[in-house]
Amino acid sequence: MLQIISILMENKPGALMRVTGLFAQRNYNIESLTVARTLDPALSRMTIVADVDPKIRPQVIKQINKLVNVLQATDLTEAPSVARELVLLRIRATMESRTAILKEAEIFGARVVDSSVDGFALEVTGEPEKLDEFINVMASYGDIQVTRSGLIAVSLEMKKLKLAPPVATGVESNSGAAVIA
Amino acid sequence: MSNLMSGAKMLLECLNREGVECIFGYPGGVTLPFYDALYDHPIRHVLVRHEQNAAFAASGYAKATGRVGVCCATSGPGATNLVTGLVDSLMDSVPVVALTGQVSTSLIGTDAFQEADTFGLTRSATKHNFMVKNLAELPQIIHEAFYLAASGRPGPVLVDVPKDVFIGRGHYQPVESIHLPGYKLMTDGHSGQIRRAAQMIWEAERPLVYAGGGIVLGNASPELRELVELADLPTVCTLMGLGGLPGSHPNFISMPGMHGSYAANMAMYNTDLIIGLGVRFDDRVTGRLSNFAPHARVIHVDIDPAEISKIRTADIPIVGDVKKVLARLNKALAEIKAEAEAAKRSARVAWWSQIREWKSEHPFAVPPASPEEIKPQQLMQEIDRISDGKAIVTSDVGQHQMWSAQFIRFDAPRLWVNSGGLGSMGYGLPSAIGAQFACPDKLVFAICGDGGFQMSLPELATIVNYGLPIKIVVMNNGYLGMVRQWQELFYNNRLSSVTLDTFPQVEMLAGAYGFKGRTVEKPGELASALAEAVADPGPYLLNVKVSPFENVYPMVPAGGAINEMVLGPPQPVPVGD
Repeated sequence: MLQIISILMENKPGALMRVTGLFAQRNYNIESLTVARTLDPALSRMTIVADVDPKIRPQVIKQINKLVNVLQATDLTEAPSVARELVLLRIRATMESRTAILKEAEIFGARVVDSSVDGFALEVTGEPEKLDEFINVMASYGDIQVTRSGLIAVSLEMKKLKLAPPVATGVESNSGAAVIA
Repeated sequence: MSNLMSGAKMLLECLNREGVECIFGYPGGVTLPFYDALYDHPIRHVLVRHEQNAAFAASGYAKATGRVGVCCATSGPGATNLVTGLVDSLMDSVPVVALTGQVSTSLIGTDAFQEADTFGLTRSATKHNFMVKNLAELPQIIHEAFYLAASGRPGPVLVDVPKDVFIGRGHYQPVESIHLPGYKLMTDGHSGQIRRAAQMIWEAERPLVYAGGGIVLGNASPELRELVELADLPTVCTLMGLGGLPGSHPNFISMPGMHGSYAANMAMYNTDLIIGLGVRFDDRVTGRLSNFAPHARVIHVDIDPAEISKIRTADIPIVGDVKKVLARLNKALAEIKAEAEAAKRSARVAWWSQIREWKSEHPFAVPPASPEEIKPQQLMQEIDRISDGKAIVTSDVGQHQMWSAQFIRFDAPRLWVNSGGLGSMGYGLPSAIGAQFACPDKLVFAICGDGGFQMSLPELATIVNYGLPIKIVVMNNGYLGMVRQWQELFYNNRLSSVTLDTFPQVEMLAGAYGFKGRTVEKPGELASALAEAVADPGPYLLNVKVSPFENVYPMVPAGGAINEMVLGPPQPVPVGD
């Protein structure tokens, strides 16, 4: 079953590798992954769609939250959220099919981003199932090439971000490992 | 320009601030500037003979003290050789900081001489790792590394330092504080859950404390002792938790699991309340999960939220530092003791008498003594007698490890140093080096198998070099014993590549390094040989030849249920007429 995970993380070298490595290491399968900077350029927002047994969904979130660079990992699978994906599609169009393709594109709210004698490049966003349909319909008109962005999602709940406070350095800070007498 | 400092010196300054006394390491090309700075620095460098053993020694040091162990290696092969030791520390939650050299930043990515992607390679071998891209961030990163290694659930942290960062010069500004916003520690435990746990403990008829490595790591032995005495709770300690409750404590049953005692496993199977403290329900403890403690509710205390309900769903999950949580739990238990204790008194008495019965029915068994062959169990009993619960004992993995855990008593935490989670051969000798450095006045036994000993044999030089009086005891059965045991039991005794029939003459081997060694074959000589080894002021190599075909029992076969133990070898069937 697909799990949608939203991750807010520090934009540090290797941070992406830590997340993807964790998924590979724990045998969780990634379906899609998107990542980009947030308003704060020191942070990134990542959306991962993973094929995960529902029973271990909390475990996946806990493991991600353990990563030092991760500020917050949230399971959006059943939480109030909006999820969208972008498709860029190129279609070969004959003179006869051009009008029909444009009509169909309009129904799906797709925009023409390039047009040539060979055909069109179309851009469309929506929920993944809608995009599947769009791609199916377009395929019926001719050869297509498709690039999907992977899902991005935003939570509709205002969750307060809890962060760790700064700590003093030096021998004393290692009190977690106090020397035993 | 006089107060400019090199990166190498800054690094040492940071280590100093973290209280580092010694570094286990091995130099190389890109760490030359670091070693140059070490040359006249008070921090002691211990030159091992292989980087893997630097990581193991750092782990031994950390396990024996609770302080962060530090190891160091050069780029490329130096760093890759550390990896086994790092994973070992990751699995056993050992606070270790590993410093590795890297090729200069201008060369990274060019497949330069001795370049390896240490950062990538050790991502999953560490709790966290860093690559220092410029000198300005070095001090910050070093302090972050120590904080991460020692706090929360401890673990290994690696810092990869390119050569030009060591050489570069800059103004050193001591780092007063660090900020890791995503590294959130929950230490106190939830008050409501703690109250409910106290209630549940008094309500249980057959409660059982299942104490793990977290008790040792969290220095929570006094609190554990108070808990088990307060509510008179039977207690099992896992392989990593041995010594967490003194082995001589009347409430201590034994170790549970694959080679745990009959009583410990039967108690685990029959309990109605598991009080899991710093444990992770490891497969070597639980056996087949569906048959593990089927009647029990579970209280699970751990500092790592990801451990809770990972394997077994907890009825009362408590995320926190086990020392703090236990202190609060003990208080909560004491508050309601007067009213709550009486209700289940008779059930508790029956539970204890049942456990005592199991204990006396099937203690860890020693096969009948023979005048010709030393039984491995006998060897461990002798070491136990000498140690009297006080010596540090290190081991590799395998039969000797299990017999050590079964027969040697540990009356304090941090005495038993072994490779639990990863099960690394060759751990015993180098970890003993770390432990002996940490505790120069303690008697340290390195108990090795004849296989594991030969994996870390070059460290004999280190032991002599630094005059470490480690008593190396090789339990020599001429086989990779645990693998042989499985081949015998589960692979029709087809002994495939487990015979170790060449072993050095130890008198000559130890002699070649300049210390004493001796082989013992007869049971009658065992006690005096061990006494002689211990009396010797220096290191001592004792090669004890034991019965080759002895197996470790009890045994829960892989995938078996915890209450279905094989208690001993099949009895010979009398030939009838």
